[in-house]
Amino acid sequence: MLRYTIRRLIQAVPTLVGVVVLIFFFVRALPGDPARLYAGTDADPATVEAVRQQFGLDRSLPEQFAYFVAGLSRGDLGRSFRANMSVTSLLARHFRATLVLASIATVIATLLGVLLGITAARRRNSFIDLSITSASVLGISTPSFFLGILLIYLFAVKLRVLPVAGNVSLKGLVLPAVTLAVASLGTIARFARSSLLETIANDYVRTASAKGLSRSRVINKHALRNALIPVVTIVGLQFGFLLSGTVIVETVFNFHGLGWLLIQSVEARDYPAVQGLMLVFALQFIVINLVVDVLYGVIDPRISYD
Amino acid sequence: MTESLERPRVARSAFSRSVLGRLLRHRSGSLGLVLTAFFIVLAVIGPWVAPYGPATPDYTLLAAGSSSSHWLGTDAFGRDTFSRLLAGARYSVTIGLSATLIGALAGGIWGVLAGFLGGWFDNVSMRLVDVLLAFPGILIAIGLVTITGPGVGPVVFASAVFGVPVFARLARGSTLEVKTRAFIEAANALGMRRLGVMARHVVPQVVAPVLVYATLRSGSTLLVASGLSFLGLGVQAPAPEWGAMLSDAQLWLAVQPLMAFAPGVTITLAVLGFNLLGDGLRDVLDPSIRV
Repeated sequence: MLRYTIRRLIQAVPTLVGVVVLIFFFVRALPGDPARLYAGTDADPATVEAVRQQFGLDRSLPEQFAYFVAGLSRGDLGRSFRANMSVTSLLARHFRATLVLASIATVIATLLGVLLGITAARRRNSFIDLSITSASVLGISTPSFFLGILLIYLFAVKLRVLPVAGNVSLKGLVLPAVTLAVASLGTIARFARSSLLETIANDYVRTASAKGLSRSRVINKHALRNALIPVVTIVGLQFGFLLSGTVIVETVFNFHGLGWLLIQSVEARDYPAVQGLMLVFALQFIVINLVVDVLYGVIDPRISYD
Repeated sequence: MTESLERPRVARSAFSRSVLGRLLRHRSGSLGLVLTAFFIVLAVIGPWVAPYGPATPDYTLLAAGSSSSHWLGTDAFGRDTFSRLLAGARYSVTIGLSATLIGALAGGIWGVLAGFLGGWFDNVSMRLVDVLLAFPGILIAIGLVTITGPGVGPVVFASAVFGVPVFARLARGSTLEVKTRAFIEAANALGMRRLGVMARHVVPQVVAPVLVYATLRSGSTLLVASGLSFLGLGVQAPAPEWGAMLSDAQLWLAVQPLMAFAPGVTITLAVLGFNLLGDGLRDVLDPSIRV
C-alpha cells in the first residue's frame, strides 16, 4: 500500500512538470498586453514600460519561466496584477468558498445518488426504476447554467425564499450547491444502480438467496457492500468534476469562489493569478485521482497493488 | 428467417441493419435516435422554416411572452425567439457534432499510432495525455478559446481538443488489446507491412468503440460548447447560438423568463437526445464500455 502510494506520487511528478510548463505558456499565449492594460489606455510609453518592468514582463521568456519555477519552489505564486496582494493570499481568500460549495454538492450528490440508484436497482423495471433512470439522464443532460437560471427564477424571483447568490450565508449556498450537484447526482445514481444490478447477478448472491434469506437481507447484507466499492471511484471523479463545474456555476450565481476568480483573472490578463488558479485546479484533480486509487485498495481487500 | 436462407445478404449490410433494428427496439435508445435525427434535420433546414429572420427586430414587441404570432415570445430587441432557436440549431448542433467528430478523429488517430508504434512515441504521447487530463476538461476549452478569440471556428477547435486526450487513451487501449490477437500475429507472419497491418486489421477494430464513445460524448461536448458561448467566450451575441441566447436572457429573467427557458429547454433536449442515443448504442454494440 505504502509502496503503491509512493510509486503513484513519483509517477505524478512528470505530469506536474508538464502541467507547470503548459500553464506558463498558456498564460503568455493569451492575446493582449497586460502592461498596456494596467497602465491605462492613454498612458505614455514610459508608464507602460514602467508597469511592464514592475510585472517582470520585460524579461525574456526563459527568465520569466525560471523566475516562476523558483517562486513555485518557495511556494510563492507571485503577485496578482489585478488585486494588490500575493496570489497565494488571493487564492486562499476564494478557496474556502469553492471548497465548501463543492463539498456540499458532493455530499448531496453522493447521498441522494446512491439512495436513488439502490432504490432503482431493487425495483428493477418498475415505474420507480423508470422514473429514477429518466430523471438521472435528464439531470446529466441539463446544462448547469440553465438549471441555475431556472432555480434563480423559481426561488429568488418568484418565491423569494432564497437569495440569488452570496457566499456570506448558508442560505446563499443552497442554490449553487444544488445546481452543481444535479449532474453528478444523475451520474452517481446510474452508476450505483448498474453496480448493484451487476453484483446481484453474482453466484454468491444467488447462494444467499438459495439458502432462504429474504430479498432485502440478501441485498443489504451481501450485495450492497460490494456494489458500493466502485461507487467510491465515481464519487471521487465527480468531486473533481464538480470543482471544475464551479467555473460556470459560480459565474451564474456571481459566487466569488475559485471558478469565478478564474474567469475574472483571465479577462483581466492577470498572469500570476491565472497561473496559480490553473495550478490549483490541476493539483486538486491529480490529488483526488491519487486518493481515490489508494482508497480503493483500502476498501476492497481483493485488490492488491503489486 | 426463411428469406435470409434463400437469399444470403452481404454480411455488412445485415450487420448495420441489425444494429439499427436493435437500437429501434431499445426503449430509450430509439427516443435518442429520434431526438438526434430531429435536431440534425433542424440544423439543416432550421433557418429556412423559421417564420421570421433570426435578426429581424420588432420594436413594438420587446421581451414579449408567448402569442399566436410569436410562439415562444420575443427577446429584448423584439426578435422572434422561436425563429432564433430554429436558426441557432445550425450553430449549436453543428458545433457540438463537428467538435465531437474532430476530437474523436484526432484522438483516435493519435491513440492508434501510440498503441501500435509503442516505444518512445507511446511514452511521450501518454505523458502528454496525462498532462492534458490533469486539467478539468472545461478549463482546457476555456483556455484555448481565450487564446484564439471568440467565433464559431475557435469554439469547434476548443471543444474538439476537450475530447482529444480521452479519445486518444481509449483508442490506445483498444489498439493494445487488438495487437495481442492471433490474426495480427498471422498478418505479421504472412509478411504484411506494419502500416498495412495497422490500416487493415487494427483500425477497423478500434473504430467501433471510438464511435460509440463519440456518440456518448457528443452530449457533453455540446454542453461545453454552449457553455463557452454562455460565458461570453464563444460564439458572440448577434448569432442565435443557444448558449449565447441564454446568456442574453439572464438580465431579463424577472421580466420575461420565457426568453431564457426556451433556449435552455432546447439545449437540454438536444443533449438528452445525444446522451440517450449514446447509451442505446453502447447497450446494443458494446456493453463493456463503461463511462
